[in-house]
Amino acid sequence: MPKTHVETTINGEPQEFLCEPSESLLAALRDGLGLTGTKEGCTTGDCGACSVMLDGRLVPSCMVLAPEAIGRSIETIEGVAQGDSLHPLQQKFLEHAALQCGVCTPGFIVAAKALLERNPDPSEEETRYWLAGNLCRCTGYDKIIRAVLDAAAEMREATA
Amino acid sequence: MSERKFKYVGTRPIRHDGVDKVTGRANFGADFDAPGMLHGALLRSPHAHARILSVDTRAAEAVAGVKAVLTGQELPKLQSMWMGGAEGGIDFRDIAENCLARDKVLYHGHAVAAVAATTPEIALQAARMIEVEYEELTPVLDLEAAVASDAPILHDDLQPIGATDPLPEGPTNIAGRVEFSRGDVDAGFAEADVVVEREFRTQMVHQGYIEPHACVARIGEDDQVVVWCTTQGGFAVKNYSAMVLQMDPAKIKVISSEIGGGFGGKTTIYLEPVAIALARKARRPVKMVMSREEVFRATGPTSGTIVRAELGAKRDGTLVAGRLSMFYEAGAYRGSPAGPGAMCAFGSYKIPNFYIEAHDVVVNKPKVAAYRAPGAPMSTFATESLVDELARELGLDPIEMRLHNAVDEGDQAPYGPVYGPIGLRETLEAARSHPHYKAPLGQNQGRGIACGFWFNAGMSSSANVSLHADGSAVVATGNPDIGGSRAAQAQMVSEELGIPVERVRPVVADTDSVGYTDMTGGSRVCFATGMAVIQASRDVVDQLRARAAQIWGVELDSVAWEDGRALPANGAEGDHEPLPIEELAQQMGRTGGPIVGKASLTAPMAGPGFATHLCDLEVDPETGASRVVRYTAIQDAGKAVHPGYVEGQYQGGSAQGIGWALNEEYIFDERGEMENPGFLDYRMPVASDLPMIDTVIVEVPNPLHPYGVRGVGETPIVPPLAAVANAMRGATGVRFTVLPMSPPRVLEAIDA
Repeated sequence: MPKTHVETTINGEPQEFLCEPSESLLAALRDGLGLTGTKEGCTTGDCGACSVMLDGRLVPSCMVLAPEAIGRSIETIEGVAQGDSLHPLQQKFLEHAALQCGVCTPGFIVAAKALLERNPDPSEEETRYWLAGNLCRCTGYDKIIRAVLDAAAEMREATA
Repeated sequence: MSERKFKYVGTRPIRHDGVDKVTGRANFGADFDAPGMLHGALLRSPHAHARILSVDTRAAEAVAGVKAVLTGQELPKLQSMWMGGAEGGIDFRDIAENCLARDKVLYHGHAVAAVAATTPEIALQAARMIEVEYEELTPVLDLEAAVASDAPILHDDLQPIGATDPLPEGPTNIAGRVEFSRGDVDAGFAEADVVVEREFRTQMVHQGYIEPHACVARIGEDDQVVVWCTTQGGFAVKNYSAMVLQMDPAKIKVISSEIGGGFGGKTTIYLEPVAIALARKARRPVKMVMSREEVFRATGPTSGTIVRAELGAKRDGTLVAGRLSMFYEAGAYRGSPAGPGAMCAFGSYKIPNFYIEAHDVVVNKPKVAAYRAPGAPMSTFATESLVDELARELGLDPIEMRLHNAVDEGDQAPYGPVYGPIGLRETLEAARSHPHYKAPLGQNQGRGIACGFWFNAGMSSSANVSLHADGSAVVATGNPDIGGSRAAQAQMVSEELGIPVERVRPVVADTDSVGYTDMTGGSRVCFATGMAVIQASRDVVDQLRARAAQIWGVELDSVAWEDGRALPANGAEGDHEPLPIEELAQQMGRTGGPIVGKASLTAPMAGPGFATHLCDLEVDPETGASRVVRYTAIQDAGKAVHPGYVEGQYQGGSAQGIGWALNEEYIFDERGEMENPGFLDYRMPVASDLPMIDTVIVEVPNPLHPYGVRGVGETPIVPPLAAVANAMRGATGVRFTVLPMSPPRVLEAIDA
C-alpha cells in the first residue's frame, strides 16, 4: 500500500513525513518523528498519556490518524517550554512533587495547559473533571491538582 | 538515638530528573530505538488451560519481512528450582515457561511463540499465522474449584512447599502452605466475651502502571548482549534472563530506562529473554513493547483471595484470640504472597492466642507478581474489618479499641521477631487528634478507620560517589528510580559532604557500572541503598580529610569535616585556614588522585512501617455509587528524607487501595478469558473520583538506619481496603466482605 504524504505543523515548525494510511498520530510522532515525549499507555483513548493539541483542541493522539494531521497544527509536550524557560505548569509540577514515575506527566501538562487556556481560574472540581481523562497511578492526583491550581494562580498574577 | 540536626535531609529540593520528565525528554522503556532494529510480537494462547500438541511456524516464516520465529521448545528446558523470597519466591523454570509456554498453556494470554520482523504490524500479522494445535483442558478458575478433590490439575509434578501437614496426597493445586500460631487459640476464644467471624473475598487486581513493559535487546558480534528495558531491577533482568537462556550473566548488560510505574509488577521478566533469543536468531536488535491488553492479560496481577477470619475480645476491648484460614491465588505458577499476607495479618495488635494458615493455590489465570506490600492488603482487609465489628459490638471508639491493643516496642511480631522502636501508637494518636476525626458527617456518609503494617526489606545495595574537580559529586546506584529516590539519594550525599543538593548528580547506573544491587522493591531503596550512599559519602569525606591532613602536615584525627570544609579538629592544630571541598577537589590530582567513595552492603530488615488511615465515604442509595469525600493517611516514616515524595507514597498507595476497595477487579468469563483488559472497563481511580488526600508524617526514628529512615512505599496500600469497607459499614449499615464494593454490589446489598 502506498504511504501517505503528510504536511503539517508541529510545535510551530513545518513538518512532513510519510506514514501508513492507518497509522495513528501517536505512532507517527513517536516512531516517525522521534517525538517520544508523547507516551503510549493504552492506544484506546482511555489514559491520556498521549495527549496533544490538534488545532487548539485536546485529543488523545492514539485516536487520531496521522493523515488527519494534514494541513493542521499540532502541539506536543516538546513544544510547551519556550527554549530554556519552563511553562509555569512544568515549574509547578516540579515544585509540588506532582510526578513520581513521570510517564503520565507529559499528558497531564498538555491537558492542564489546554484547561488553563480555556479557563484561567478553574475550581478544584473543574480541574479534577477536566483531567479525569488522564490516568496517574502514582500520586493519587493530590499534588497534580495542587500544581495546576498553583500554576493557574501564578499565570493570572502574571497577566494581571 | 541522639537527635541529629539535618541541613538537607527533610527538605524538598526539585528532583534532578524532573526537568527531563516535564519536558518529555526522559526516555522510558518504549522510547529507545537501536539502529537496524526489528520489532517483536507474541502469539498468545486463546485457551486458559490446554496442552500444546504442535506448533507450525512455516507460514509465519514465509511472510516477507519476518526475520526470526521462536517457540517455547527452542528455549532451554530448565529443572524446577524454587528460591524462597520475602515477597513470594521464584522458580526459574516457571519464569521461563511464563515467558514462552513449552508443553502447556496455563492461562488465556499465555505467550506461545514469538516473531521478529521489520515492522510491528508484520510481526503481529505473522505471529497470528503460527498454527498451534491444542488439546483443551478444563480451566480451574477459582480457589474453591482449585482445591476440590476432583479438580483438574495444572502441574502434574507440583510438590507442595512449607507446612505440609494437612496437604493432600498426590497431584494438587495447593503449591504451599504456611502457618503461624501463638498461645492456645481454643482457650483464648473460650475466654472471649465477643467473637466475630466472617469470610472475606477479593478479586485479582492489577498494579496498573501506566507504562507497558518494553525492551530492546542487541547482540554484538562477540555475543555480548545489551538490554534496554523498563524494570525495577537491572540486575534481576540480567540474572533471570541468563537463567532462562542458560547464558553466562556476565554476557548480559542491562541498561534500565526511566520506569513508568511498577508497584512490584516490574520485578520479574516477560519480554527480555524472548527479545534476546529473537535478536540472536535474527542477528539484529529486537524491540518488544506490550499493548495494554497484553499487560492486563499476561503480567501482574495480584492474587484473588478467600480469608476466613475469626476474632475474639473481652468486654473491655482486649483482643484475646484470632484465627485465620487464607487462600491466595498464585495464578498459573506457584508463588502467591500468601506468606507475607499471613505474616502481616495480626502485625498491629497484641493478641495472646492466634492461629494463621495460608495456602498458595495455582489457578488458570495469569501468574501473579508482587504488588505493593504483597499479600498484606487482603489479610488486613479481613482483620481490620473484624476489629471494627468488635468495636461496634462492644460500643468502643474504633481508635481507642486499636490503641488498647496496639503493639509497642518489645512486643513480638506474629512471625517471630521482637519489634524495636515502632510508631503504630503515634499514628493512632495522630488520627485521634486530626481534624478529620472530628469533622461532622453528612447524610449517607460513614467514617472508617484502619491500621496497616508492612515489614520493609533490607537486602543488598552498592553505591559509588565520585568527586568532580569543581567539588560537585555524582552518586551512582543500581536502583531504577520510580518515585523520586534519586533526589533522596542526592540529599543524603549533600548531608554528608556538606554541599548543596544541586551540586550532586544522582544517576541510575547500568549493571556493568555499579556493584550488585537488589531490586527497587520492598520499600528498600531509601533505606538500604540510602545506607550505601551514606557510607560511600563518608568514604569520600574520609579521603577529603586525609588530603587536608596531608596538605597541613597533620594526623588524620586532627582534621574535622563540617559544612563542606576541612577544619582543624577541636582547634587541636593551631592555625589552618579551612579547606573547602572545591579547593580539595581541584587539587586531588596532585594529592593522591581522583576521589571515589564506595560502599556495598547487605542491610538488615528495614524495621516495620505502620500506618493508620481515615476514610469518609458517601454512598448514593439510589445507585449504589460511592465517593470518598475525605481521606487522611498517617504513617511512621522514621525520618522523611524528601517529605514531598513521602507524602506522594502515602497518597498514591491510598488511591490504589481505594480503587481496589471500590471498583477494580479482573472479570473472567467461564472459559477464563479476562473480559475487561482495558482502562475503560478495568476502572482505576481518576482525578474526579478522589478528594485531596491529607497526610501526616510521623517520625519515630529507625535505629537500623543512620538517619532513622524507614521504608515508606508499601505500607500505604495496606489499610485502605478495610478503611473504605469500615466507612461503607458506617454509611450503609452493611458489612461488606466481598471486594470490590462496586455500585451494583452495593445497591444489591442495601436493597436486601
